[in-house]
Parts: sequence; C-alpha cells; structure tokens
Amino acid sequence: MDTITSYAHIKHNQVSVNGEIIFQSYPSLSLPEFLSEAYKALGVSYPKFHKMDAQCKLGFLCTEFTLNGTSFLTENDITKTAIVLSNAASSLETDRVHQHSIDDKSNYFPSPAVFVYTLPNITIGELAIKHKITGENAFFVSEQFDAGLLVNYTETLIQSGTEASVMGWVEVDGTNFEAFIFLAEKQKYTNKNAIFKPLNKTSVITIYNQTIWTH
Amino acid sequence: MIFTSYNNIISPLGFSSQENYQAVSNSIIGVKKLKLPFSQDEFCVAKISDDKIKTHLSQITNADTHTKLEQLSILSIQDVLNQSGIHPKDNRTLLIYSTTKGNIDILENAYKNIDNKRVYLSAFAKHLQSYFQLAHTPVVLSNACISGILAIIIAKRFIEQGNYDNVLVCGGDILSEFTISGFKSFNALSNEPSKPFDANRVGINLGEAVSTILITNQKELATPYNTQIVSGSSANDANHISGPSRTGDGLFQCLTQILDKNTNDIGFISAHGTATPFNDEMESIAFDRAGLNTIPVNSLKGYYGHTLGAAGVLETVLSLESMKHQRLIKSEGFETKGVTGNITMVESHQDKIFSSFVKTASGFGGCNAAALFKKI
Amino acid sequence: MDALIEKLKGQIIEQLNLAEVKPEEINPDSPLFGEGLGLDSIDALELIVLLEKHYGIKIQDPKDGKTIFQSLRTMAEYIKSQGKS
Repeated sequence: MDTITSYAHIKHNQVSVNGEIIFQSYPSLSLPEFLSEAYKALGVSYPKFHKMDAQCKLGFLCTEFTLNGTSFLTENDITKTAIVLSNAASSLETDRVHQHSIDDKSNYFPSPAVFVYTLPNITIGELAIKHKITGENAFFVSEQFDAGLLVNYTETLIQSGTEASVMGWVEVDGTNFEAFIFLAEKQKYTNKNAIFKPLNKTSVITIYNQTIWTH
Repeated sequence: MIFTSYNNIISPLGFSSQENYQAVSNSIIGVKKLKLPFSQDEFCVAKISDDKIKTHLSQITNADTHTKLEQLSILSIQDVLNQSGIHPKDNRTLLIYSTTKGNIDILENAYKNIDNKRVYLSAFAKHLQSYFQLAHTPVVLSNACISGILAIIIAKRFIEQGNYDNVLVCGGDILSEFTISGFKSFNALSNEPSKPFDANRVGINLGEAVSTILITNQKELATPYNTQIVSGSSANDANHISGPSRTGDGLFQCLTQILDKNTNDIGFISAHGTATPFNDEMESIAFDRAGLNTIPVNSLKGYYGHTLGAAGVLETVLSLESMKHQRLIKSEGFETKGVTGNITMVESHQDKIFSSFVKTASGFGGCNAAALFKKI
Repeated sequence: MDALIEKLKGQIIEQLNLAEVKPEEINPDSPLFGEGLGLDSIDALELIVLLEKHYGIKIQDPKDGKTIFQSLRTMAEYIKSQGKS
C-alpha cells in the first residue's frame, strides 16, 4: 500500500495543513482578497502568481502549503512525479470572463492573458512550472470530489512507473471555492509518522473531512 | 493485451470512419473559408454541415433536446455501439469523454430549450449517461489538446487495472466564437488552409469533430484492426503555460517512455502538427532528439483543422485506418520543410509495409502525450 | 512624452498584473522583455490589446511589436507617431 505523506485544504477563507487550520482571514473577504492574504501568509515571492486566474492561484497556494515542510522535492524524481487534478466547473469562472469580453461587439477586446486560462489543466501547468515537475498529467471533471477516481487513477500511474503524485481538487465557481491537495508517494505505508495515511479511498475521504472549520 | 476496436468519426468529411478515410485518401480537405454567424470576417475553419447533422439525427432522436455537441456525440457513440454490439448498460463498460470546452456555446445563449447547467462538463456527461443508460457516470477528461490521446491511454490503464473490459473513448469539440476569438487574440489563426511543418506556416485552422473509439481487452472485438496499444505516456514541459519548450523536453520524455529500443517497424508518426510556428518546431526537435529522423511524419490538421478535444481520437482512428490499408496519408499543406529538427515528412500518399505507428500531441499548459500502436 | 510614459507605466502594471512592481521601478529605457520586467510572449500579445483598447492603434503585423515594445520610451514614441496620444 502506498502512502499519503502530506495534504492541505483551503475553504471558507481558511487554510488547513494536515488537518490543522494554520491560517484564517475574515469570512467577509472576497476570493481575490483572501487569495492575496493567503499569498502573504505563505511568505514567498513569485511574481507569476499575480498573473494567474483565481483557480490557478488557489491551486498554487494549496500545493505550496502541502509541500512546505516536506522533503518531497529534494527526495523525489520530478520526471516521475505526476500531477492529477479535478474539479466540477472546469475553467468556467474564467470562461465567463472571456465570454464577457466578446459579448459586446462595440467593446470587443478578448485578452490572450485571460483566454490562456480557459483550460482547467493550466493549473497543472502552473504547478509543474513552479516545481519543475515533468511527470504524468491529467485533469478530470466530476460533479463532486471523487476520491475513488483519483486513487484508482494514481494506482495505475504507480503501476507504470510514477513514484509520486500531487493530486486533488481545485474549484472556483462564482463565490464558491475550495482546494484540497494531497501528496501520494510510492512507499510502503507505515505508521512511523502520525500524518501518514495509506493511499486508499477511505483515507482520502477521511482526510478530506478531517478539518474542523471555524466559520 | 489492450486492443483498439470499432470506431467512428463525425467531421466535415463524413459521418463514419470509412467515409473520412476515403475522403482523406482522395486528398479532400474539410477546411474552408466561411462567414460565421458572429462576424463579418471570413474564417478558415472546418465546419460540419448543420443539415447533415439534422438528417442523420432525425433517424434516432429529437434534436431539440440536445446541444450541438450532444447531438454529434450521440451519433458517434451510437455508431460504435451498433458496430461493436456492446451493451452500454454493462457494468464492465465505461465512457471516457475528452473535450476542452464541451457545451461552451451555452454561454453564447445558443439554445432556448436546453438547461444552462449543461455548460458544466459533468452535467453534459450525465446527459449522455442518461441517453445511453450507461452503468457508470462517464469520466470527463479536459487536458487541453492532449485530451484525446490521453483519454485513450487512460482507457488502457483503467482496463489493465481490472475494473472494466470495455472503455468507449469519445472526443469532441465544436466551433464557437469563444475559441475562435481566443485563438485570434493569440494571433494563432491562419486565414488560409494551414500548412503543418511548412516553411510558410502561420497558424492553425479551428475545426469541429467528434470521434469515438472502443478500447477493449476482448480479443473478439479486436477484429477491425488487430492492433494493440503497446504503451502510452504524458509529460509536462514545466516551462511555460502557452509556449512549448524550445527543446521539446516534455514530448521527448514521452517518446523515451513509450518507444522500444528497436524502432524499425514504426511506419509513421502521427504528429500534433498544428501549424503554429512554435509547436511544429518543438515537435521536430523532440522527434530528432528521439532518433526518429527517418520515420515519416504526418499531421492531419491540414484536412480537419485543429479539433481540440477530438483531435487525438480522430487522428488515432485515421492512423489505424492508414495502417490497415498499409498506406501513409500525405501531410496536407506541407511543401517546404520549415523546422530545424531533422525529420522526414510524408509528402504524398504512399504504400508502405509496416506494423506500428506513434501518435503524439502537445498542448497549452505545457502538456504532451504519446502512444505506440502495434499490430498483433 | 514624460506624461505619456507615466500613464503607460500604470496601464502596463494593471493590464499585465505586475502587482509587485512599482511605477518608479520601471526605467523608461530598460528593455521590457527578457531581463527588464521579465515579460513573456503572452504579455507581448496583451500589449497589442492595450494599444488597441486605450489608444485605438491596431498593430497588423505582430512582428512589429518587437521594435515597438523595446522599452516604454519606444512604445510612447510609437503612440505619438500614430497621432494617438
């Protein structure tokens, strides 16, 4: 059985890492305001962040919080690391922005910097660029977070040579947003570290529901 | 062993794989200069005739209850079900749908009587599930331009895992103002039929198509081609979200993953070949680096334009037809080599004895994929 | 010219989402691409949109962008030359 070694969850303007809330901002903050606050809390300088759409920003932050404090990037072969993400709305939030820019023929300015984000897998691309991860990619769209699909697919990847996988859910749809990222590694599960969980559907559902949100 | 089985292509060149293969082997191209409803300008695109869709559909379902992409998908999947005789309700059968934009025309208010919720890809997929009464909710893959070939690779992986015997892979995207305006803002559109790998290539033509192929572990369903999927891989350039790697890193990584040491029996490479200056250049470098210099390369974008989520499926089906007929398809639009990688193009239709081919794709987000198909 | 350059600084920071760049940090004669502000190919396309949106200038051949977008000053000079400032 392979092992989940780290995870983070962002929801309700709060950030939880391995089940514990480590950052929260006012519930009244809008998504852009919250993303900006969470970026400051992360304490890195990454100018590309500001060019991303909300979904990429959210996925970027959740992945940074997942990988921070792990030795993952130094110990794993990035060519054998996969990124597998999913959500319900695909890139619909940015699709609406692009559509808006072409709705009015007298004010018709489609923007390449917007259009490029009208594909959900751009989030995978941004994570790959940040961490130089070059392994397998897949972006699935499902009505709800589908732990079974992600676990099953990652198992097939590990069967065919993948050694680690950054995976989860990154969703932005209107004012609703949520990101949940976990890191699965090809190593026999042991309970030597209390954070570690065996990679299976049950434990993914458990860690997904673990955080007790304060608002 | 995982086999390629019955399939369908719906495109401007026909409503079955055979019609499409015939058209392509007669050098008929689906790309034309057209006025589209939303603009005064002409665009060079590959558009499916609305009348033909109506005629084909009237025999099986009420068109008004489905979007255009749903109509095309129903026609395509139904054809494969009819040919193969597999039962969609069967618990061992899965549908994987590959698309970049799905029902994006709902955002343009294209329909009066369709629930707007179907702009969500999961609702689109559920609509197909309820139409065909599929046992499982379809898996939707949206991974830019590699979606189609990646969906085929994923189908193979899921069958090998043991949960399914049959996976229907359907890829589809339609022409929309949404994608046309976006690619135009990227300065990526060509006003003339595109010229993949040519010195005078300037950009892509957009096209619409839906293509379906059955992937199976059932030997008796392998009859159409007696061909197996040997290997498949995807990789990310980790370089830029829209520009491909200058050194072809991601595609090269895929190729090294999927190829055997001996590449002598590879008849050709069905490249992505969008005809943008950077994409084709990148591909040529990756093929060169992988030592595939003498293996003929073609791109089918000169016939179909870029059909986005359908491309990888459609191009795999035509490549299977090409191998079945032991005849290479000319890379339409190519005249003078315009890439720096040392590669060989398919410059005319030609007979060739061969037993395997490689299909590749690359896309926004730095993604690449490749798969190796071989006769059994 | 200086007023136009100042105006362009603000518009570029906004259009290209250069949130960590302050207007006074942009040298009007420094290259916009490569070293300078570290802009990329998408930014080059966005600058074309910026010229059209704010100044009504349509660049027909994007290759011209190379000379026009060398620096803020060349951009301002181009806008002036088109009589659109």
